[in-house]
Amino acid sequence: MGSYWESVLIFLGINTVLALSLYLPISAGQLSLGHGGFMAIGAYVTVICTTWLGWPLPAGLAVGGLVAALAGALVGFPALRIRGIYLIILTMGFGEIVRIFFLNFEPTGQASGIGGIKHLTTLPLVTLVAALMLACLMRFRGSRIGRALRAVQEDEVAAEAMGVNLTRVKVTAFALGALGAGLGGGLYAHHALFIDPAQFGFFRSAEIFLIVVLGGVGSYWGPVVGAAVVTLLPELLRFVQEWRMTVFGTLLVLCAVLRPAGLLSPRRRAAA
Amino acid sequence: MLLQQLVNGLMLGSTYSLIAIGYALIFGVLGLVHLAHGEVFMMGALIGLQLVLWLHAGPAVALVGALLGTAVLGIIIELTAFRPIRARHGPIFAPMVSTIGVGLILQEVATKAFGGEQVGFPHRLEPVTWRLGPITISSVQLLILGVSLALMVALHLWVTRTRMGMAMRASAESTLTARLLGISTDRVILVTFAVASALAGAAGVLVGLSFNAISPFMGIDMGVKGLAIMLLGGLGNIYGAMVGGLLLGAIEVLSVAYLASSYRDAFVFAVMILILIFRPQGLFGVGQVR
Repeated sequence: MGSYWESVLIFLGINTVLALSLYLPISAGQLSLGHGGFMAIGAYVTVICTTWLGWPLPAGLAVGGLVAALAGALVGFPALRIRGIYLIILTMGFGEIVRIFFLNFEPTGQASGIGGIKHLTTLPLVTLVAALMLACLMRFRGSRIGRALRAVQEDEVAAEAMGVNLTRVKVTAFALGALGAGLGGGLYAHHALFIDPAQFGFFRSAEIFLIVVLGGVGSYWGPVVGAAVVTLLPELLRFVQEWRMTVFGTLLVLCAVLRPAGLLSPRRRAAA
Repeated sequence: MLLQQLVNGLMLGSTYSLIAIGYALIFGVLGLVHLAHGEVFMMGALIGLQLVLWLHAGPAVALVGALLGTAVLGIIIELTAFRPIRARHGPIFAPMVSTIGVGLILQEVATKAFGGEQVGFPHRLEPVTWRLGPITISSVQLLILGVSLALMVALHLWVTRTRMGMAMRASAESTLTARLLGISTDRVILVTFAVASALAGAAGVLVGLSFNAISPFMGIDMGVKGLAIMLLGGLGNIYGAMVGGLLLGAIEVLSVAYLASSYRDAFVFAVMILILIFRPQGLFGVGQVR
């Protein structure tokens, strides 16, 4: 396997990790367009641990993920009060604030970012992380909080009446989602080898959102399928050369029009 | 000094208002977010620029051309990225996917057609400046403020005085009831898209005239800010969006003058998040949050 395709597959793995991490809050009805912000926090913290402090990558990833989760819990609390379009805009604002923070933060090189990161993200490592996340999510589904999450998704008021602690479930979903995004950011940084604030802007958040929604939120395989489509399609479209984003955009429009509930949309549709 | 800053803020804010009004119009009628609205704004700036470069047109022709061009663009976007999803009763996030797609297409088309670098309007119209006591106003500033205000007044008249405007307000109140009353809601939505997009296109020309920085990627920041302003004024509230834009322009300029300038956008979003948490119906919104 050439190094080109290996690199593409590593990006596929990273995108899967990011999509799975956003899947959790989305499945609790928390649409977020600020995942690039959590990813940035994870990426910067992990790089500081590995490059400046000389820690091994797993230790750096753990710290990066935890810091991102902490930020996620912080954002998750105000997010309790609002939902739908409001939450989307709040998370968008959060993502922008994180980007602007790193754009002005001198120790991390402001706009010029951090370079010279060691290439530590290997294909087996990414595959392992993605597989672990998928396995955790599947175990999680049947667990107490996983069932609570699905109850919240179906009907918040009914769930609360049944004794589900709404605050705990929602903040947990958001923090776990941020944790995953932090991990994805750390992995991304050690494959891209250079990070700057521009890589984690609105477009990154939109891309992660796109992957999840495109795949469909009905099953855990949705984000995986979405990641495969969003990562591989632009590569496969290389034959159209400079017009590939146009073709990609057209395909996105077609997907949204033909399969509005996602490529893997469930057969049973919830009553509107 | 303060007065001068306020004038500058008002000028910047009036272009924000035009973008935010577009979001508010579309959200009002459809309850959906149009994530390529920033790209429509960018196309407006580029159409205006091309008219000036190729046809040696003046700013007035550039403005009208951009208005018409983006109105057509808005109609195309509604027909391709919104209406088919509506017909299939797709979930609210499906149009977000399709409009992200439209945004990507517009960015690449603009890059291919006009090049990826930042360009400005040729300085044929030399700005004249006047001193009014402590403040200085240039002709470009006056043009921006005047055109924005004129467009907002026109919009107000359209919304309150014409049959189409009233049909639009009825559809925003309840699409179903409006349809029962014999209003062709599909046509209303089409017109709403045209008007919203035309306002964004006009804002594109105005911003291009004042900052001389037109690029295929100028719409991203503006799109996010416009959404934030719509929220500030209350979802779907066009008057809230007008005032919100002016307010945000003033906040931004003042925070540059008196606080750390490089954090100005962070400051804007922090204000927005505080409003979301403490007053989710917006500064001027009334009643319940949906």
